[in-house]
Amino acid sequence: MASSIATRASAETDLPPPLKESGQREVFCGLTSIVWLHRRMPDAFFLVVGSRTCAHLIQSAAGVMIFAEPRFGTAILGERDLAGLADANEELDRLVAQLLERRPEIRTLFLVGSCPSEVIKLDLAKAAERLNRQHAGRVMVLNYSGSGIETTFTQGEDGALQALIPLMPASDQQQLLIAGTLADAVEDRLVGLFHKLGIKRVASLPPRRSTELPAVGPGTKLLLAQPFLSGTARALIDRGAELIRAPYPFGVEGSRDWMAAAASAFGVAPARVAEVLDPLVERGQRALAPMRETLAGKRLFLLPDSQLEIPLARFLSRECGMELVEVGTPYLDRQLMAEELALLPPGTQLSEGQHVENQLLRVRHQRPDLVVCGLGLANPLEAEGMATKWSIELVFSPIHGIDQAADLAELFARPLRRRRALSFA
Amino acid sequence: MELTLWTYEGPPHVGAMRIAASMEGVHYVLHAPQGDTYADLLFTMIERRDRRPPVTYTTFQARDLGGDTAELVKRSIADAVERFQPEALLVGESCTAELIQDQPGALAAGMGFGDLPIVNLELPAYSKKENWGAAETFYQLVRTLLKPQLPAPGSPKPDPARWRSEGRRPRVNLLGPSLLGFRCRDDVREITQLLASYGIDVAVVAPMGARPADLQRIPAADANVCLYPEVAGTLCSWLERQFGMVCARTVPIGIGATVAFLRELHQLLALELPAELQPAADGVCEAERRSRLPWYSRSVDSTYLTGKRVFVFGDATHAIAAARIASRELGFEVVGLGSYSREMAREVRAAAQELGVEALISDDYLAVEAAIAEAAPELVLGTQMERHSAKRLGIPCAVISTPLHVQDVPARYAPQMGWEGANVIFDSWVHPLMMGLEEHLIGMFRHDFEFVDGHRSHLGDGAPTASSSGVGEPPIIEEAVLPALAGLHWSAEGEAELPALAGLHWSAEGEAELAKIPFFVRGKVRKNTEAFARERGLAVIDSEALYEAKAHFSR
Repeated sequence: MASSIATRASAETDLPPPLKESGQREVFCGLTSIVWLHRRMPDAFFLVVGSRTCAHLIQSAAGVMIFAEPRFGTAILGERDLAGLADANEELDRLVAQLLERRPEIRTLFLVGSCPSEVIKLDLAKAAERLNRQHAGRVMVLNYSGSGIETTFTQGEDGALQALIPLMPASDQQQLLIAGTLADAVEDRLVGLFHKLGIKRVASLPPRRSTELPAVGPGTKLLLAQPFLSGTARALIDRGAELIRAPYPFGVEGSRDWMAAAASAFGVAPARVAEVLDPLVERGQRALAPMRETLAGKRLFLLPDSQLEIPLARFLSRECGMELVEVGTPYLDRQLMAEELALLPPGTQLSEGQHVENQLLRVRHQRPDLVVCGLGLANPLEAEGMATKWSIELVFSPIHGIDQAADLAELFARPLRRRRALSFA
Repeated sequence: MELTLWTYEGPPHVGAMRIAASMEGVHYVLHAPQGDTYADLLFTMIERRDRRPPVTYTTFQARDLGGDTAELVKRSIADAVERFQPEALLVGESCTAELIQDQPGALAAGMGFGDLPIVNLELPAYSKKENWGAAETFYQLVRTLLKPQLPAPGSPKPDPARWRSEGRRPRVNLLGPSLLGFRCRDDVREITQLLASYGIDVAVVAPMGARPADLQRIPAADANVCLYPEVAGTLCSWLERQFGMVCARTVPIGIGATVAFLRELHQLLALELPAELQPAADGVCEAERRSRLPWYSRSVDSTYLTGKRVFVFGDATHAIAAARIASRELGFEVVGLGSYSREMAREVRAAAQELGVEALISDDYLAVEAAIAEAAPELVLGTQMERHSAKRLGIPCAVISTPLHVQDVPARYAPQMGWEGANVIFDSWVHPLMMGLEEHLIGMFRHDFEFVDGHRSHLGDGAPTASSSGVGEPPIIEEAVLPALAGLHWSAEGEAELPALAGLHWSAEGEAELAKIPFFVRGKVRKNTEAFARERGLAVIDSEALYEAKAHFSR
């Protein structure tokens, strides 16, 4: 492993130009991000302003959980609202007052834009300002768009975090800021390791309570835990933060590089980094070995979904020995993905955007051993005899960090092992 | 604008998808923004289908709005027809596409697909919902396909007894079963078997499993069976008007309803009523013995079910059927009945009136939750949404209707209709209730360390949490503050932090007496006692007041 880090491919010129496709896209809209953000910040409420379709989407995704106390809802536009905009604003004020009366413990209210609200140009930013004045001191009202016409799946989190950034206090204090939702246990673990490395102040965005926002300023060094935070990264840089360039913390290698990049930005001696991380790397590789046995040599096809595809492909090829057939991503931010692209094996075929029918033809033609795809396609592909790994699970699972590398690999090994385990003859 | 935490129905285009996905050979081109493909998951995950729904989405994005979205629609239609070679094409819009008005149906009609039947779906997404969309789509599709067969005005109605002269068994269509309907898969099998046992054949089952060519065979049957009025009601009425086809409208869910359905169908088809469907001297008809529910319900183990207070909510068909089973066949007391199906509000009101309750016609989840809290039932028979309210209120709950989630599309045979359906219903409704012996023992001994108040050991969980034990049932709260009830916090001890009751409070001794009431009726006893105290102008409720109230309300 250490040698592969040393001899990493130098440039993305080794990659053929990505296939750019347009056609039917089989992806979620940004509203779906509510499904995990509501758990990260339990004192926040997500009010979608949209149609019955939007309400139906969220409850179809999250409704299998039984909620004593819902943390999201939809202000459903009716025909009267479509007739005149002034009326829609009054309606929204009324609904928000009603909601806050029912749920006095809400501290932050996100007004989430949708396709219908964007198309009729309902100004939710202005509505948030107005509602902030009305409910000053009780609740903070923010706005972002999760519409399908503008955002794909995880880009919803990018929008939500950007909405929080103006509320972050300013500070010149030296600190490490980790951006992107992490599982609680993973966050605790990573922060603990950064402390060990000698980085004293580590903050997270989003925080666990919406009211406990970290500060930001020229002393802030920004480390992205998730690859889909293009807007958030730029907005934090605008507030003075300095971006640490690193691959994303998936797998042993990516996580080590990610932590080492932060340590280097804080002037931690490489010897100290090695002292803290090398035992973890050794243990991580040991844990990974049985997964590698299942995955090595298997051909992998990733369909676009979350922008996690490129880092995951890098991890699965370099650390688990999988062969990459095609790596699809809904959106490719070359700047934020530069370190990852450099680590991909030469010749990796990327695709950006989607024409789902054509892409499925390529899947069927290639007959990969494992297809990473959304739930709309997973069972149909299984029925065609292909093993699939449904991709949404990757944003719901603790997959970041050296200690999680084996768990991450296990997510991909499991469907293959399961196929071997089942027999009905 | 309407605040919705949970929605009982999806948008109307999801209803249209249900029709397309239930059928074979039908394709649906849906003008919709990127992201609306989430609806595929309803079929691939909840219904666990092994293929993609036959839907092509245009998935336009913001950048397309600057360009020619109509061109995108045409390209999608051309691609879909070329790729999938459908036998009939549905074209329609989702809610966002409705706002940009590209008229995809009209575009498709002008694309020169020869004699490919094309149905232009006009589904107003901001005023109608899923079931309406399904009913409208089913009706428009059949109407389009049957246009060439329309009888001339004034033609004589076909004789539903013509099977006799034609020397064959009578045959009927089963209309309404669809994907994402409640247990349609097994209901169709159960009803097909049931009819076969009375010598009646099934001609066409639709939309589930039918091709466009099958729909063209609908008029060849002797009668229609409207199994799911929410989906097939519009179509059955049209077939009655245009083709003179008779239609059985009784939905065979429950023993009484199944018997009534069979009698209705025999009459429509001029079939002689078999002896086993005729009421005997004791009012029991022999056919009902084909189900185990009547005996299970009569057996002594079920005695404790008598008068259990039950709240019923769902689509109109399942709610009405459930209320009838609950009150007549299981001996429950129906303390609330409601439906989100506004299209069938009249039928629900009539059923509620018969039971002496006020029907709740609402698609507002909060209103339903408030009505449940107010009625303080011991069992909720509702939808997936009522499971949320029941969890909050600590009340046992069983699902009887859509909306459903994946656990209600089970692998096992689980109909709701017919004789076996009644067996399934008996098991699944009684299961969440505390079993009789446990109920007695918890009423007698309240100091156990394992079988504590509210515990239902047959469900296999540990001791209940404070909020589900019902220890701190909220007192009567005026209508105006009901929404606030929903926001009540429960302390670790299980006592609600209650707003002060104006001029009325419980003495410690009164509270202690209340705590001795078995948990599932405690809410009702508290309400009754407070109402009684108010009526009598009492300021303090002590144990005597509680017993006075108990005597007052025991009729």
